[in-house]
Amino acid sequence: MTAETPKYKTSDEVDFVIVGSGAAGGILAKELSSSGLRVVVLEQGPYLTPDQFTHDEIKVLNEDFLTNHPELQPNTFRKTPQDKAKKQRALIYGRLVGGTSVHFTANFWRFHEIDFIERSKVGPVPGSTFSDWPIRYADLEPYYTKVEWEVGVSGLANASPFDPPRSKPYPMPPLPVKSSGVIFERAARKLGWHPFPAPMAILSEPRPGRSACVNCGFCMLFGCEVSAKSSSLASMIPLAERTGLCEIRPNSYVHRIETDANGRATGAVYFDKQRNVHMQKAKAVIVCANGAETPRLLLLSASHQFPNGLANSSGYVGKNLMLNSGGISFGVFDEPLNDYKGYAVSRVLHDFYELDPNKMGFVGGGGLDARFDITPVAFASAALPPGTPLWGKDFKRTLAHNFPRTTEIFAHATSLPVEDNSFSLDPDVKDAWGLPALRMTYKDHPDDIKLSKWLVERSRELLDAAGAKQKWSFPVQEQQFAVHLLGTCRMGNDPKTSVINPDHRTHDVKNLFLCDGSSFVTSGRGQPTCTIEALAFRASDRIRDLAKRGEI
Amino acid sequence: MAQGAAYLSAAWVGLHWPAVLSAADHARHAASSAFPMKFEYFTPEEAKEVEAITARVIPTDDTPGAREAGVVYFIDKGLVTFAKRNQKLYRDGLADVQSRVKEMYSKVENFSAATADEQDAILTSFDHSHPSGQRPFRSPAKAPDFFETIRQHTILGFLIDPDSGREGNRDAIGWKAIGREPGHTFQPPFGFYDKNYPGWQPDPRTTDKQ
Repeated sequence: MTAETPKYKTSDEVDFVIVGSGAAGGILAKELSSSGLRVVVLEQGPYLTPDQFTHDEIKVLNEDFLTNHPELQPNTFRKTPQDKAKKQRALIYGRLVGGTSVHFTANFWRFHEIDFIERSKVGPVPGSTFSDWPIRYADLEPYYTKVEWEVGVSGLANASPFDPPRSKPYPMPPLPVKSSGVIFERAARKLGWHPFPAPMAILSEPRPGRSACVNCGFCMLFGCEVSAKSSSLASMIPLAERTGLCEIRPNSYVHRIETDANGRATGAVYFDKQRNVHMQKAKAVIVCANGAETPRLLLLSASHQFPNGLANSSGYVGKNLMLNSGGISFGVFDEPLNDYKGYAVSRVLHDFYELDPNKMGFVGGGGLDARFDITPVAFASAALPPGTPLWGKDFKRTLAHNFPRTTEIFAHATSLPVEDNSFSLDPDVKDAWGLPALRMTYKDHPDDIKLSKWLVERSRELLDAAGAKQKWSFPVQEQQFAVHLLGTCRMGNDPKTSVINPDHRTHDVKNLFLCDGSSFVTSGRGQPTCTIEALAFRASDRIRDLAKRGEI
Repeated sequence: MAQGAAYLSAAWVGLHWPAVLSAADHARHAASSAFPMKFEYFTPEEAKEVEAITARVIPTDDTPGAREAGVVYFIDKGLVTFAKRNQKLYRDGLADVQSRVKEMYSKVENFSAATADEQDAILTSFDHSHPSGQRPFRSPAKAPDFFETIRQHTILGFLIDPDSGREGNRDAIGWKAIGREPGHTFQPPFGFYDKNYPGWQPDPRTTDKQ
């Protein structure tokens, strides 16, 4: 029998208030409430159900049905702290119950051992705050396994010789291969590389209340109508609610963490849908608002006692932003691939995950995948070869020929942490609630650009080996738009150079915890969500143990 | 419509048959006559010009184009919904097109009455991506963004999900024209290259490493 979903009063001092219901927040909510703790999740976006998801590209892509809206929540951007930031959309994230996990591509790589210890291995990198994690792959391994089994990940264990060790296979087989995957696999093997079935957080077999993937083709940036995509909304939130101890409160835009005279967090202050202000009292606060909104919230919570923002004695809140680098190439083939059918990615390779910096002249590594993640209108607008007419007979002919015959080769790679790369509060621009807008400062480390260009060359080599009739790449440029939001409240043992400790507790505020992409110390090679979720399961264990021992 | 009804229970059909018939009739009527539906924003004259422009952006050749996909209905509805802010742009843009017609082909009454080649020449004169569109013209356009906007709206109206309720991509004509099967679920094999895929085989070179 399903327990009744509780409705807590804001004056009830619950055990935990969690800010954000995405990849991390959903897991923490489920884990903590399953342990008998009382949890309120405050989510700024709406609570949508799968029947409200749609394939309408205008609603989803142009009108930000599922995402942060640039008019309500504007951003500014600048390359360096010396520049004046200009108003421009700088980031996209899921703004609904389930967060970005609702609309993501669902690529689900684990980090490898190197990602946690690379700084020790390669030495200092000029212009970078490159550091080791205070935890190792082995610490996270049980939690990676837990993620794969609990949210539902399809894949084939040990199919890649570069895979890190694992304690258990995937809970279900890979999704059916796509034509792009077959082309990729054959060409990569011809080149001596090691392609393997992509691990995806999409069900290849049904689970209670959730269908296996029906290959509708509206996946990346869209919500899944059959709950095959393993978002927090599909996988964790229902379980959290079923405990009878967790309330998901949507349309609740948190803009301040309140603290008392002892420097302890007392609750979260938020706007409801009508823009009335409330404060939810709690014994402890966990912020899982993503790598942009988490540091913003800490900076918005500045007070007499914490003049530089909450938990910011290091000055590192918002700093060391990493987006992952990479590049996109396209290939057109003789016969129809019909890659518009199905999810995005069916084959990946990790041959370039670890490269020798002395040989390459840059630090970092990456992976390649074959994918088709472009819906029809977006394809006609952005995926035709350079020089194609924009209208008329030849436009239509090229569009009709290429749409079923095109695939992308995507390179995903390291971003080195740079202290100046950051999210901060814009001094001038305000959002619709009168709060300072997010300002992004970003200039890729020179090594990231070199690495991206090198990987794009490998993508082109692969397209040649595959016999593509036509190929082109987007030029590798310094990034100005953020999807992966990593590193902005990094984990570490030293309170001078990190914001949270390995328990995800902030160094400065004993009952304030942070867990999301902001916790990352390095960027991995792309595909951060699997690691965000492993961290969230691990953080749940740590925080629950602290709570049970009365140490919060 | 009748084929679809064959899958439904007799009771359902009995109850709904008049509605089904009338819907089928309406669809046939819409497809066969030029402007049977009521426009929400355009006058019939404007609609005729807009449709003629969309039909040059995505022309009808051996496959249907913007005209058959009902793009003009999509734009009409768009101008009172998602593209409300473009109303003035369309009014001014259509006036620009009309004056350009008169400048370039004084004997032609309006855009829709011009030949396809004349229409292309007129649109090219507004197309800033085209070299000849960049030359200074006699009368500067009141709505310089009009052509780019209607170009984008035509693509949207041709390829938008036909079930989105936006009146575009009628009967998935746009999707079929670009080789996209309509449908909400698909089964493998998806395309040519995965048809005879033997299934995942470990790479013989790497098995000793595992």
